[in-house]
Amino acid sequence: MLLKRKMLLLGLLATAFSVLFLFWDIGTAFGYVFPRRLVKVAAIILTGSCIAFSTVIFQTITNNRILTPSLIGLDSLYMLIQTAIVFVFGGRQLAMMENRFHFVLSVGLMVLFALLLFRLVFRMEQRNIYFLLLIGIICGTFFSSISSFMQMLIDPNEFSIVQDSMFASFNNVNDDLLGISAIIMILTGVYAFPMLKYLNVMALGQDQAVNLGIPYNKIVRRWLIIIAVLVSVSTALVGPITFLGLLVANVAHQLFQTYRHSYLIIGAVLISIITLAGGQFIVEHLFTFSIPISVIVNFVGGVYFLYLLLKENRSW
Amino acid sequence: MVEVKHVSKTYGSKKVIENLSVDIQPGKITSFIGSNGAGKSTLLSMLSRLISKDEGQVLLHGRDIHSIKPNDLAKELSILKQSNHIDLRIQVRDLISFGRFPYSQGRLTKEDWVEINKAIHYMELEEIQERYIDELSGGQLQRAYIAMIIAQDTDYVMLDEPLNNLDMKHSVQIMKSLRKMVEEMGKTAVIVIHDINFASCYSDRIVALKHGEIVREGPTEEMINSEMLKEVYDMDIPVQLINGERICLHFK
Repeated sequence: MLLKRKMLLLGLLATAFSVLFLFWDIGTAFGYVFPRRLVKVAAIILTGSCIAFSTVIFQTITNNRILTPSLIGLDSLYMLIQTAIVFVFGGRQLAMMENRFHFVLSVGLMVLFALLLFRLVFRMEQRNIYFLLLIGIICGTFFSSISSFMQMLIDPNEFSIVQDSMFASFNNVNDDLLGISAIIMILTGVYAFPMLKYLNVMALGQDQAVNLGIPYNKIVRRWLIIIAVLVSVSTALVGPITFLGLLVANVAHQLFQTYRHSYLIIGAVLISIITLAGGQFIVEHLFTFSIPISVIVNFVGGVYFLYLLLKENRSW
Repeated sequence: MVEVKHVSKTYGSKKVIENLSVDIQPGKITSFIGSNGAGKSTLLSMLSRLISKDEGQVLLHGRDIHSIKPNDLAKELSILKQSNHIDLRIQVRDLISFGRFPYSQGRLTKEDWVEINKAIHYMELEEIQERYIDELSGGQLQRAYIAMIIAQDTDYVMLDEPLNNLDMKHSVQIMKSLRKMVEEMGKTAVIVIHDINFASCYSDRIVALKHGEIVREGPTEEMINSEMLKEVYDMDIPVQLINGERICLHFK
């Protein structure tokens, strides 16, 4: 079957890119370089899967293919947390802070924010997913504004420390965090697994999903929590990179041309590993670390986004 | 039997449905008629748990529909709303197969496929079953959705303006298949319909709404007359008996 063959090809490409990244120009210091690259590949697989999975599901729930979970405002909140730490305690504090503590703090605050937001919105009379996004965008803008305000006030040297965390990067991923992230991801996956069967039906829209017997509001709320956890974990691990999701989810839709989420999700995960491993390879060997990977992803993603808008525009 | 008891619905400060009670009689086609904004669609959506109600109850066989498990309810009662445009790459056949979701949770069995093929045959969709839904005309898509509802095989079928976007031929085809479902399979249909003559020719009972309340209800032959139409639509509409059908002449 054609879809299976495409999937196989993606799988091979993802493996090839990871292997290329692991072994290219490895030189004589194998014992030093290899474990470090292995950590990066693991981080790429983890974040790639988190972002791809959460974006595909987010787009299905909202029935909209140009949205990403970053609209809930988690990315901006992450930046605010980093800026606030530097603002209050100074840049050294952010750099010195115990990794695990910093990770738990960031993830905890982001998930807490998401839960409060969902609670607030779903308690209202007009509980509507678009209303949630609207509030999310407003909160996100608010967080960004406060961050910019604080960034204006701090010392330029300290600002450069904040700036480092503005762009996603796989260059200094901490290996203890990988373990925690993997555990959180697996637990989330176990929680999400029984709800996967609902995705194809939810793609038909809310009315059809209710008609076909899905406890819609409950399931949507659960998916949103899962998405918030995954996005928070991947953001705290490497930085804000949710734009990647838009890219890979749409490429997966275009490549597979199907409604079946089994293909869409696995496809998007593989595409995201290919993009990140390829991007990281380019960052390291072509640009010799002079630009962060999120710049490449955002550039490619931005161009693709414009293409999508123009294409949609023509079909109107 | 579905019983609606004292339901109300308010949007903002506007009361759309006020303290409305009605019984849906089994084995019949019941049409909700009324002018725009009378609350027909809102009533149908509340009947079929698509929207919540502010007050009142909807009972299916004596049980509140909100106390029935969603999946079990989906085997008893189905609803198709108007305008179902979705941006999804899916074949007609696969769309119809979703009607079996309440039974098999996505893992289709042989019996499911028997039902799906029956539904395809019933709506005469054999020729376009392999097509993708973004290649279909509005009428074809509507028929595909109705086939999905048929595959869902519920005793109660609720349709919100099923004739929207359809030409005369397909409108008649859909109303005839509804009639057939009611007579041969013993289903109960509830429809919201704008075309008064389709309501007159095909339904057993008519419920007329105005400003969120029931003006009148009863068997079709007692309902379709100038006096009732005047009350519901504020129009003088003569009714003539043509080939045994009551036809409302509302064009002039």
